Amino acid sequence: MARKLLLEHINVPGINTLDVYRQKGGYRAVEKALKTLSPDEVVEEVKKSGLRGRGGAGFPTGMKWSFLAKPEGVSRYLVCNADESEPGTFKDRYLMTYIPHALIEGMIVSSFALGANTSYIYVRGEMMPQIRILEKAIAEAKNAGYLGKNILGTGYDLELYVQPGGGAYICGEETALLESLEGKRGNPRIKPPFPAIAGLYGCPTVVNNVESIAAVVPIINDGGEEYSKIGIGRSTGTKLISASGNLVKPGVYEIELGLPVEEFIYSDEYCGGIANGKRLKATVAGGSSVPILPANLTLKLANGDPRLMSYESLSEGGFATGTMLGSGGFIAFDEDQCIVRNTWNFSRFYHHESCGQCSPCREGTGWMEKVLHRLEYGHGKMSDIDLLVDVSKKIEGNTICPLGDAAAWPVASAIRHFRDEFEWHVKEPIKCLDTNYGLANYAEPIAKVEVTTGN
Amino acid sequence: MLKVEQQQPVAFSSALIVKCDEIVKRYPEGKQKSALLPILHEVQAELGWLSDTAMDKVAAYLNILPIEVYEVASFYSMYFLKPQGKYMLEVCRTGPCCLVGAEKLMKHIEHRLGVKEGEVTEDGLFSWRGVECLAACGYAPVLQIGPEYTFYENLNEEKVDELIQDLRKR
Repeated sequence: MARKLLLEHINVPGINTLDVYRQKGGYRAVEKALKTLSPDEVVEEVKKSGLRGRGGAGFPTGMKWSFLAKPEGVSRYLVCNADESEPGTFKDRYLMTYIPHALIEGMIVSSFALGANTSYIYVRGEMMPQIRILEKAIAEAKNAGYLGKNILGTGYDLELYVQPGGGAYICGEETALLESLEGKRGNPRIKPPFPAIAGLYGCPTVVNNVESIAAVVPIINDGGEEYSKIGIGRSTGTKLISASGNLVKPGVYEIELGLPVEEFIYSDEYCGGIANGKRLKATVAGGSSVPILPANLTLKLANGDPRLMSYESLSEGGFATGTMLGSGGFIAFDEDQCIVRNTWNFSRFYHHESCGQCSPCREGTGWMEKVLHRLEYGHGKMSDIDLLVDVSKKIEGNTICPLGDAAAWPVASAIRHFRDEFEWHVKEPIKCLDTNYGLANYAEPIAKVEVTTGN
Repeated sequence: MLKVEQQQPVAFSSALIVKCDEIVKRYPEGKQKSALLPILHEVQAELGWLSDTAMDKVAAYLNILPIEVYEVASFYSMYFLKPQGKYMLEVCRTGPCCLVGAEKLMKHIEHRLGVKEGEVTEDGLFSWRGVECLAACGYAPVLQIGPEYTFYENLNEEKVDELIQDLRKR
């Protein structure tokens, strides 16, 4: 069995309560950090651990912390990003539902490291049940003296609040999240200044994902160096993977980074293979924003080596033959799924969720949705396929925030790897309405992969 | 002819005011606007939707301009700017849910309730709509019902029928 750091006690009855969580070693990290370490030493441990942001970007957490400005007499804030909305990702919901104190404990240690005396957990509004769970956990922690004034007699004060969002994917972008937390529309800010200099209320702020903050707990308990020994290369530690789609056992799994993708999909310890005895057609490995890969490139690199679940291995080959680990939202498509339909679905999502600030994204996502809709419903032209590529290229890199890229990549990658399926929709406008292109040449296509550079 | 809808004045219960007072305390002095999103959730939970008069009242309470409330309420998808059925069935319609039958489920709900997406049933009990990813892809298809946003997971047509019957009996 692989090592589990976050979900080790997930099946213990009552682990959502403070008492049971403490019996299982909970809040040791708070005791250790506040009583024996200085804030800078905590930052140092996190740096040593090699922990990378678990929300999707994979930026080293310790480094992000060390950028935080510390002007005299100005409040600093830690904001937890629990606006989990990336299609295919549901790990944060799982963690907050079943083991909320892991997040609370992480928030206390991280706030202490950053010198924040007020911290917020911004939870997407639809997760009202999780908001109630967190509020209850915070009340328990406060009663036990882990929150409030003079925590454990160390002189450190911290107030922790839960903030509900209003249902907007864009608020997962950290500056949009801060705007939203200030009671405004979720329009991302132009950077610089980065939140580390001017974030919430113009004060220095760190925004971290739920899983990143929860991972600080084992890092402090066991030391950053121990943590960095888990995983592979620069992908250290464990990662929560949300597995969904046509799998025998969809759900949240904690893996050691470096696990072969094949083992993750097919072994009984994890997803247990493709549901209903079907074959795998394609996967989206890191949430809807990352490039889709056909089955062959999911399991193996272009050179035939096995692909691993790590930041580096998943992005091996660039966008020509690779993808990204992203948020760890692993979506599997079986042989009966239509790539055109799914691409249209994702495009509709990004069109719906574009905040409307930048015209390439506001207009471009709408065009892509429209063109994909007509391809899906048999009204497309051959030239539409290149038109889509053209539009996606004009969005990518031309917007304030990464939502534009996130909208462009799924479309560009679907056409890159599944162009014949798009062409089939044009050639067979009637047939495509009630049949699917199927697996076609993706069953054994590893030999067919032509590696081209760039897009 | 321009049709100006006359909206009824609204009253906030004392429990709601207490809740709002508690929410405002979470933010630093002078940053009470941060309370806007949570307060709108509370108001919608009590009144069922956000009328102009309700939003104006929130603006007055937070000492901000009405437009600052309108622009926020219209940006976020969870706020209803017109009345809905007592139970709003919000079905996730994004990729992973569609891989396991969300679209079929929405058709079934439309047929079962006899109203189109966004409409209210005659008895005022139900509305339904497709919403974007609810972050429960591993338990798909899913739907949620406000104001507490209870989740119903791993759905099929029979389970939805049962749910609708249960809600009717409540």
